[in-house]
Amino acid sequence: MIDFKNISKKFGKLQVLEQVDLTVDKPGIYAILGPNGSGKTTLIKCLLGMTIPTSGHIFVDGQQTKGKWKFRSQISYLPQIANFPKNMTANELLRLIKNLRNQPSNEHSLIEVFGLRPYLDKKMGTLSGGTKQKVNLVLALMTDNPIVILDEPTSGLDPLALIELKKLIKIEKTKGKTILITSHIMSLVEELSDEIVFLLEGKIHFRGTVDALKSTTQTKNFDEAIAQILKTSHV
Amino acid sequence: MFKIFKYSLSDLLRSSWSYFYLSFYLLLGFGLLFFNPDVSKSVITLMNVIVVFSSLIAVVFGIMYYYNSREFIELLLAQPIKRSDIFIGQYMAVSVSLSLSLLLGVGIPFLVYGVADADLIKKFLVLMAAGVFLNFIFVAVAYNIALYHENRIKGFSYAILFWLFMTLIYDGLFLVSLMTFKEYPLEKASLVATLFNPIDLSRILILLQLDISALMGYTGAIFKSFFGTTFGFLIAVSCLSLWVIVPVSNLRRKGNKKDF
Repeated sequence: MIDFKNISKKFGKLQVLEQVDLTVDKPGIYAILGPNGSGKTTLIKCLLGMTIPTSGHIFVDGQQTKGKWKFRSQISYLPQIANFPKNMTANELLRLIKNLRNQPSNEHSLIEVFGLRPYLDKKMGTLSGGTKQKVNLVLALMTDNPIVILDEPTSGLDPLALIELKKLIKIEKTKGKTILITSHIMSLVEELSDEIVFLLEGKIHFRGTVDALKSTTQTKNFDEAIAQILKTSHV
Repeated sequence: MFKIFKYSLSDLLRSSWSYFYLSFYLLLGFGLLFFNPDVSKSVITLMNVIVVFSSLIAVVFGIMYYYNSREFIELLLAQPIKRSDIFIGQYMAVSVSLSLSLLLGVGIPFLVYGVADADLIKKFLVLMAAGVFLNFIFVAVAYNIALYHENRIKGFSYAILFWLFMTLIYDGLFLVSLMTFKEYPLEKASLVATLFNPIDLSRILILLQLDISALMGYTGAIFKSFFGTTFGFLIAVSCLSLWVIVPVSNLRRKGNKKDF
């Protein structure tokens, strides 16, 4: 489904990704983990074509993505920082994205789930961080696409919204979708993910299930396993 | 591209800036024609304002619009749209909205005062065409500068500097070189130098329509004999078009390569 082949990315002198090879061929939830600055978001942005890799190729459904744009209609994307035009209302944004994507969408049920109805006609600039993130989630999840990318989906969410989000992600999974998540909330990752891809300094340091990670690091607890990776890598 | 263009244009047409800009031209147009019934002279004043002022507004507004819509661009980049369509669509929307303000703001007073003389209409049309060209040129340059500079202050400074260079510094250097090399025949050189500056080019095109090139002496005569002919006029229009085409194609190229 998704195939990263030898992806490298340099920003000036800073090497963010270094020859990353990653194949995601089965549906399921894949957690992309790593410390700050390890290249998680860059990897995702390369997949979407927002950032252009210095070298390497990316394939979605066997089609190379470089210079193409139609493949993006198969991807739902939740950006990490919900930067929206400040003078647009949530309703205008929803209408615009629906118009651009031209796909059936179920925004009404998502608006109810996140309790966004009172905020729909307010300008995005006046909304709180958490509410913006909810709008962000509605925009990302309202269309039905085989690939879902969630970059830090939990940031700013209250506990109730977090529970709803987990439910939604599980429902998406049962539909046979490929879901990529980055998060710093380890409990969420442990609960949801089928497989973990651990990035460190732009390279894939580990790939496997949560249990495999625990046994490789000889720890009982997922948090400790992650801490162990970070510690050993800095020795 | 049309979706982005349509959306950005409706966004711009709702903004109070467009109305402010439109009312400025309305005020200027009505004021000039009210106090100075000689339309030919009003056209000269208008020319000076349009050539200097609309290019400044175009470059400033263009760069402001890009920086303000950066978040919007990021949102669009994740959607199934062609990358270059986003930039070209926005660029077209900004240029068209500025041109609309100019055409309506200056056109309405001229219509109200009943400019019906065919000769005057021709002058007026050349003036408007030059204004529209300048809008498209300076917004394109502004978008180029913005794409190369993430730092808003830097981008803004370069944009203003570009405008200052074209309106003032270029002419200054031009004059100094004319003085320095006054022993040599400079007519051809000055003709060529004019082609490289869209502001000078528009100014000369309008002046030649006004039959006051005689005031410019020998050089005026040379210019008249070049730009006054259909061939010269076509060369000038092609140069102005190049001033649009080159930055826009670079905008497309850079837009396809830039990381967000």
